[in-house]
Amino acid sequence: MDLYSLSITESLEKLKQKKLSSVELTTACLNRIKKTNKALNALITVTDEAALDAAKHADLLRAQGENLPLLGIPMVIKDNFCTKGVRTTASSKVLDNFIPPYNATVTERLLQAGIVMLGKANMDAWAHGSSTETSDYGPSKNPWNKGYLPGGSSGGTAASVAADQAIGGIGSETAGSIRQPASWCGIVGLKPTYGRVSRYGVIAMGSSLDSPGPMTKTVSDSALVLQVLAGKDPLDATSLPHEVPNYSQSRENPLAGVKIGISDDYFEGVDKEVVSAVTAAIKEYEKLGATIKKIKLFQPKYAIAVYTILQRSEVSSNLARYDGIRYGYGRDRFGDEAKRRIMLGTFTLSAGYYDAYYKKALQVRTLIIDDFKRAFQDVDVIMGPTSPSTALPLGSSKNHPMFGEMADVLVEPSSIAGLPGINIPCGFSKNNLPIGLQIIGPKLSEQKLINIAYKFEKATDYHTKKPSL
Amino acid sequence: MKYTPIIGLEVHVELKTSSKMFCRCSADYFGKEPNTHTCPVCLGMPGALPVPNKKAIEWCVKIALSLGCTINKESKFDRKNYYYPDLAKGYQISQYDQPFGEHGHISLKSGKAIRIRRVHMEEDTGKLIHQTIDGEKASLIDFNRSGVPLVEIVTEPDFSSAEEVKEYLQKLQLVVRYLEVSNADMEKGDMRLEPNISLSTDPKQLPKYKVEVKNINSFRFVEKAINFEIKRQEDLLTKGKTPQQETRGWDENKGVTFSQRVKEEANDYRYFPEPDIPPITFTDAEISTLRSRVPELQEEKILRFGREFSLAPYDAEILTRDRSLANFFEESVKVGKAHGINPKQIANYIINKKVDTSTQLPASLVKNIVIATQTTQVDETELQKIIDDVLTENTKAVEDFKNGKEASLMFLVGQIMRKFDKKVDVNQVKDALLHKLHGN
Repeated sequence: MDLYSLSITESLEKLKQKKLSSVELTTACLNRIKKTNKALNALITVTDEAALDAAKHADLLRAQGENLPLLGIPMVIKDNFCTKGVRTTASSKVLDNFIPPYNATVTERLLQAGIVMLGKANMDAWAHGSSTETSDYGPSKNPWNKGYLPGGSSGGTAASVAADQAIGGIGSETAGSIRQPASWCGIVGLKPTYGRVSRYGVIAMGSSLDSPGPMTKTVSDSALVLQVLAGKDPLDATSLPHEVPNYSQSRENPLAGVKIGISDDYFEGVDKEVVSAVTAAIKEYEKLGATIKKIKLFQPKYAIAVYTILQRSEVSSNLARYDGIRYGYGRDRFGDEAKRRIMLGTFTLSAGYYDAYYKKALQVRTLIIDDFKRAFQDVDVIMGPTSPSTALPLGSSKNHPMFGEMADVLVEPSSIAGLPGINIPCGFSKNNLPIGLQIIGPKLSEQKLINIAYKFEKATDYHTKKPSL
Repeated sequence: MKYTPIIGLEVHVELKTSSKMFCRCSADYFGKEPNTHTCPVCLGMPGALPVPNKKAIEWCVKIALSLGCTINKESKFDRKNYYYPDLAKGYQISQYDQPFGEHGHISLKSGKAIRIRRVHMEEDTGKLIHQTIDGEKASLIDFNRSGVPLVEIVTEPDFSSAEEVKEYLQKLQLVVRYLEVSNADMEKGDMRLEPNISLSTDPKQLPKYKVEVKNINSFRFVEKAINFEIKRQEDLLTKGKTPQQETRGWDENKGVTFSQRVKEEANDYRYFPEPDIPPITFTDAEISTLRSRVPELQEEKILRFGREFSLAPYDAEILTRDRSLANFFEESVKVGKAHGINPKQIANYIINKKVDTSTQLPASLVKNIVIATQTTQVDETELQKIIDDVLTENTKAVEDFKNGKEASLMFLVGQIMRKFDKKVDVNQVKDALLHKLHGN
C-alpha cells in the first residue's frame, strides 16, 4: 500500500508505533502532488520546503514523547483560510500577493495540533461557486475523471484528498461548499453547526452562514479533525460556547432505535442513478437497525431564494474592503461572478428594497429553521442525496449564473438553518463517478452524525475505492 | 419676516476605554506614531472579525441612562456601508434601528428640555493625512484611531439659538466627564459636534432644507458657526432664496462656513444587521445594575450641596463643574469639621484662591484656612496705634475722604496693612479704620 493513500487514523497508528515517520509520509504526499497536481490543479500553492521542516519537527516532537492529536499529519487547507507567511488568495487575483501576517483560528488550531501543511487548495474565487470554475487560477479537475468538475467551492481540497495528495484536508461551507465537492469526489465532508468552528481568519463569504470543516478519507478522520477545530474562539463573537463532546467516542454506538427522516421533495429532479444509490444506502441503514420515517419538509427550492438574497447581500458588504488601496490590486480584478454577486447584493440592501428582499429573506429563514425544528421532533436525522447529480463535465458552470444554487439545492436549506450535515460516499454511477449520501442533524448533533455515518462506512467499502491516476 | 432658527445636534463622544471597540488594540491613539496601534481587525484585513468591547457597551448604556434614555432590551449592531479611504472594511459598524438608548433629554437652565432621540455605539475611522513627500502630494492613512469606540448622541431639532446649543454641550460634556467615560476634550477630538441648522417662519414646521456644519472643534466656534449660519440663511431667505441642503465646513480663521458637499438626496448606506456580532440583550437586572453605577451627577450634587452645606447655588455650581473638585470639596468639609472650619469657609477659600486640587490635599487645604484665619487676629491695641500713626502721616488723604473721595479709604487701608509684617484681615482693618474716621 502506498503511504499517501493512508487515512489520518491509519497514519497516526503507524506514527505512534514508529512504523512510519512524518518525513516519510510528507515526502510521499509531496511526490504524489508533483505527479498529479499539474493535471488536477487541486493546489495553487505548495509549501514543500516548509512542509518537510514541519515534518522533521513533528518527528522530533514525537521522539520526545509528544502526542499531539494530529502530530505529523500532512494536510491541505483551502485557500480562504489565512496562513501566516503563506500566500492566501481565496483564488482571486485581487489577493494575488496577499501574505497574511496572522493565522485563521482553524489554521492555528491545526498547527497547534501538530499538522504538516502541504499547501493551499484551489477553490471558486471568494468561494463563489460550486465548480472551482470561477477560480482565477483555473478550475481543478475531478480525480475520478479529469474531464469532470470536482464541485466547489472547496473543490481543490476535495480533489486533493480524493487524489491522495494529502492525508486530510480543510474546507469551508456556506451552502454546500464542503458537502457537494465531497460528494462529487467521493470523500467524507463534514459541515459543522454554524458557530461550532471559528470563522476568524477565513476570508468571509456569507458571514451568517460560513462554516469551516474537515474533508477527509473516512468518517473517523472527520471526527479527529473536528475535535481539533471545534470550540469557542474569543476572536469570533458568533462561535458557540457549548462544550465540545468527544466526537470519536460514540461512533460505534448501535443504530437500533435511530429514526431517519426522508422527504420526497429531496429526491425530486435528482438523477436516477443518484436516487437509486441513496435509496439503497437508506435500505442499508434499515438493515443496520434504524427506522425510516417519511417526513414533510419545505420544498428545498424556497431555500434558494432566501440563500441567494442573504448571501449576496453579505458578499456585497464583505468584499468592500478590497478597495484598491491596500492589497496591491483594484476592484477591476474581480471576476464576473464576484461582480454579479456584488451588484445583486447591493441592490437587495438598497433603500426601498431592503424590506422586500433582505428582511423578507430573514423572515423566511426563520420559517425554515422552525420547519427543521419541527421535523427533528420526530426523527433523529434526515437523509437524502447530497447533490442532484454526480460530477458534471468541465465547462458546465459557464453561462449558468445560478449553477451553484442548482447544484446545492439539497444542502441549502440546512445551511440556512445553520445545521450540521455530513456527506459520505454511497456508490458510483455507471461511468464511475462517486455518489454521495448526506445526513443532516439538529444543531450541535455532530457526534450523532459521526456515529450514524461511521456505521454505514463500516458496513460498506465505497470509501476504500480510489481513482486511478 | 421673522425667522426662528431650528437646530438639531449630533455629538460624537470618544470613549477612553483602554482597548478599541472590536479588538484588543490600545485605544490611546493621540500623538502616537502612525499605524502602531493596529491589528488585522482594525485594519479590516481578510477574515478578521469584530468582538465587541463589553466595557464600551456598558459605558454607552451609562451615558444613555444619565441622559434619561430608555434602554432597549434588544439591541444589535448594523453595518453602515460606504467607501472612504479611512474606512478599512468599506463599512462602519454602527447601530441603525435598535440603538442602546432612546428618548432621553437634557434640561436647560431656562427649564426647556432638549429631547435626545438616540444614543448609539459605533466605531471611529482612521485618519487621512495629506502631505507633500519628496515633492509629491500624497494622502497617508493612519489607522491608529480605526475602531476606537464612539458614542453618538442625537437630539431632536429642539434648539432655537446658539446659546442653547452651547449650554446643552457644556451639560453633556459634564455628564460624560462625571461618568469618567471620556475626557470629552474638544481639541483632541474626543468630542465632535455636527449641528444642523435651518430657519423657519413657523417654529412648529420643519423647513424643507437643512444645513449641516462640520469640523467644529470648540464650544466657542460652535456658537460662532451657528450664528454665522443663521445670518447667512436669513440673508438668503430675505432675498427670497431658499438655502441649499448641504454640508458646510467651518473655517475658524475666516470665521465663516463654506460649502463642502451638496446632498442631492439622502445617502444610501445599505444598513443591514452585522452578521459577525450576535444581537445584544439586557435584562432588567442588568439595566438596574448599570443604573446603580451611574454616579451622582451635577444637578443632583448642586441640590445636595445647597441642602447639606447651605451653599448658594452659584457656589455649588462652581464646585461641581468638575467631579474631582466636588469630591475634593466634600473631603475638605469632613476634615474641616474637626478644626471648626465650616463648609462655607471652605467653599469660599477654594473658589477665591482658585485652589489647584491636583497638587493639594484636603488636609493641607484645611490647615491653610486655619492659618489664614489665625493671622487675621490682629491685636486691637497695636492696630489702633498703627491707625493713629497712619492718619497723622496722611492728613491729606483723611481730608479727601471726609470730602467724599471713597478711594482714599482704600489708600489708607493699604498704608496700614503695610505697617504689619504679616498678613492681616483687610476687613478687620477696614472696619477699625472706618470706626475711627467716623468716630472722630
